[in-house]
Amino acid sequence: MNIVVCVKHVPDAQSERTFNDSDNTTDREGVDGLLSELDEYAVEEALKLVEASEGEVTVLTVGPAGAADALKKALQMGAHKAVHVTDDAIHGSDAPATSLLLAKAIEKIGTPDVVITGMASTDGTMGVVPAMLAERLNLPMVTYASQLTIDGSAVTARRDGDTASETIEATLPALVSVTDQINEPRYPSFKGIMAAKKKPVETWGLGDLGVDAGQVGLGAAWTKVDSFAKRPPREKGEIVTDEGDGGTKLAEFLASRKFI
Amino acid sequence: MLYVYVNVNTNASMWKRAPMFELSQDHEEFRALVRDFAQAEVAPHVAQWSKDKYFPTDLVPKMGELGLFGLVVPEEYGGSATAEDGPDFTALCVAIEELGRVDQSIGITLSAGVGLGINPILTYGNDEQKATFLPDLVAGRALAGFGLTEPEAGSDAGATKTKAVRDAGEWVINGAKAFITNSGTAITSVVTATARTGTNDDGSPQISAIMIPSGTPGFIVEPAYDKLGWWISDTHGLTFEDCRVPEENLLGREGDGFKQFLKTLDDGRIAISALAVGMTQRMLEECTEYAKTRMAFGKPIGVNQGVSFQIADLAVMLEASRQLTYRAAWLKDEQERGRRSVAEVKKAASIAKLYSTESAVTAGRIATQIFGGNGFMEEYPVARFYRDSKILEVGEGTSEVQRMLIARSFGL
Ligand SMILES: Cc1cc2nc3c(=O)[nH]c(=O)nc-3n(C[C@H](O)[C@H](O)[C@H](O)COP(=O)(O)OP(=O)(O)OC[C@H]3O[C@@H](n4cnc5c(N)ncnc54)[C@H](O)[C@@H]3O)c2cc1C
Repeated sequence: MNIVVCVKHVPDAQSERTFNDSDNTTDREGVDGLLSELDEYAVEEALKLVEASEGEVTVLTVGPAGAADALKKALQMGAHKAVHVTDDAIHGSDAPATSLLLAKAIEKIGTPDVVITGMASTDGTMGVVPAMLAERLNLPMVTYASQLTIDGSAVTARRDGDTASETIEATLPALVSVTDQINEPRYPSFKGIMAAKKKPVETWGLGDLGVDAGQVGLGAAWTKVDSFAKRPPREKGEIVTDEGDGGTKLAEFLASRKFI
Repeated sequence: MLYVYVNVNTNASMWKRAPMFELSQDHEEFRALVRDFAQAEVAPHVAQWSKDKYFPTDLVPKMGELGLFGLVVPEEYGGSATAEDGPDFTALCVAIEELGRVDQSIGITLSAGVGLGINPILTYGNDEQKATFLPDLVAGRALAGFGLTEPEAGSDAGATKTKAVRDAGEWVINGAKAFITNSGTAITSVVTATARTGTNDDGSPQISAIMIPSGTPGFIVEPAYDKLGWWISDTHGLTFEDCRVPEENLLGREGDGFKQFLKTLDDGRIAISALAVGMTQRMLEECTEYAKTRMAFGKPIGVNQGVSFQIADLAVMLEASRQLTYRAAWLKDEQERGRRSVAEVKKAASIAKLYSTESAVTAGRIATQIFGGNGFMEEYPVARFYRDSKILEVGEGTSEVQRMLIARSFGL
């Protein structure tokens, strides 16, 4: 079984994330980047599936030069090879453009049995790329899987909702996005770090994918960030002193903010 | 090879620059990995473990999965030392430092697990002994101890009183060992103990190393010690009462025990030095943060040179300790590859251990002082580190022993 996992290099959520002043896109230079934590679950699930049968896991990313670090981490975890789609023209791409690039790259890799993605990226958190990608590849899709089994020619996934869990089956090849409940991602190991250095990483530009620069990037984006403002610093909390009427005061406070 | 050499640049300069050691990018990536692991798997629990004096058995296989126990072990036993790259003692020091930065007891669990547990078996064991014990030790499914110190033989470890006598194809062992790390955990599989097996021609005791599997009748693990520090680490006294093991449990050649443990301790000293670097690193971080945020007399305490100069001193101690430690580790890796002499490694190991551990103790004292009353409270980690630091100057050869060895290298 061959699996492609789509991963994203994102600014570390632990650091001060911001936007570029020049074009309002995400600042990827000023902060440390890493493999999106939500994508670690996708990599782990792919590795487990392949370990249980056989085949290869290819990790795929679209992003600037630094995004190679996300691929490296996935290779250190155990993925077999990597594809990095990068081109200056890609800067500022939105979800439709990203899904176009991913789809073209997956077609070039050779459509795998399963495409696995995280449920969203930890920076954009739109969560729409998996659906767009499935549509472009014309694959059946199961989103937000919290459990996954593959049996012969079908994938079975559980989706946990607030009130019920559903089990969904799709024929292969298929695309599945997974949640952070599906597994416990492994740490890379020392051996993994050493082995990753010898694993193949291909770098493709727009030309390799037959995509026109006009189809991607900020210029082609359907939506744009108009303006951004730093979140105002947290205001000091209000201390309610209980003089026998603490409960009433709390209720009044909540009511004044329309919580109750 | 894992080292980055500063290359000779013949065009740019008339100077022929010597190759210097430096941590490679692989080592730095590995450091980041161990740091992530320690932050996620150790840091959140360590205050409670310490309070409960609890040895976290479940953490050991997780460390195994990361490859921490296998950095100097060949691939055939599950380690990462390939025929091409060989053992990476420097990487082991990086791992010990990073674990030690979060908790010293966890750092020593790794240091002793490899240096005292795995190392003697790997270096002196025959194929069968290695195949029996190493895979589980490397995977973190088991731990091994090394029993050298006795109630009446510590620095003078040659004064071993424990005796092993041959009888009907078995060794019969009687005696006692003191302060043995990792000897009584739920997953301890074996302790290698030194014992007198006879008398040399010159009248000195002949010492050999014998492997004693856990659970062997007559091998009694005494209750855990109450210690000043290292509360998470497992330390026991051991008693042998007519303890019988097969003759084949001899490790290496009969009578080689003395030579063996001297060599084992050289490596262990560099590892303890790395543990001390982790401590000083953490003290510097803690103090810097506290000095910037703790207010007294209307300003952060770090504004006072009386405080900031101490932090400058910590930075100097850290830098010097780090350089000495990793140079010693580099020499050790070079020596494994036949490019440096054993004498060079020995001397560098003693110098690094002496300086780094004494610095770590000083760092703990400075940190608890900068933290004021909070430094005495368990709510802040510096108290635990301060307690833990003292043993660094004692274990694997006291500071006095290190000075003795360094002086001896000058013919004194
Ligand atoms: C927590 C802990 C874990 C340990 N783990 C292990 C282990 O796993 N395996 C193991 O075998 N041992 C272990 N040890 C033992 C440790 O290595 C010894 O405690 C250490 O080597 C010192 O020996 P000693 O305690 O007998 O002190 P002694 O040798 O009695 O020394 C007492 C003092 O006298 C000084 N001294 C002795 N001789 C001289 C001299 N010639 N010149 C100047 N000063 C001298 C010493 O430096 C020291 O200050 C452990 C100890 C502790 C506390």
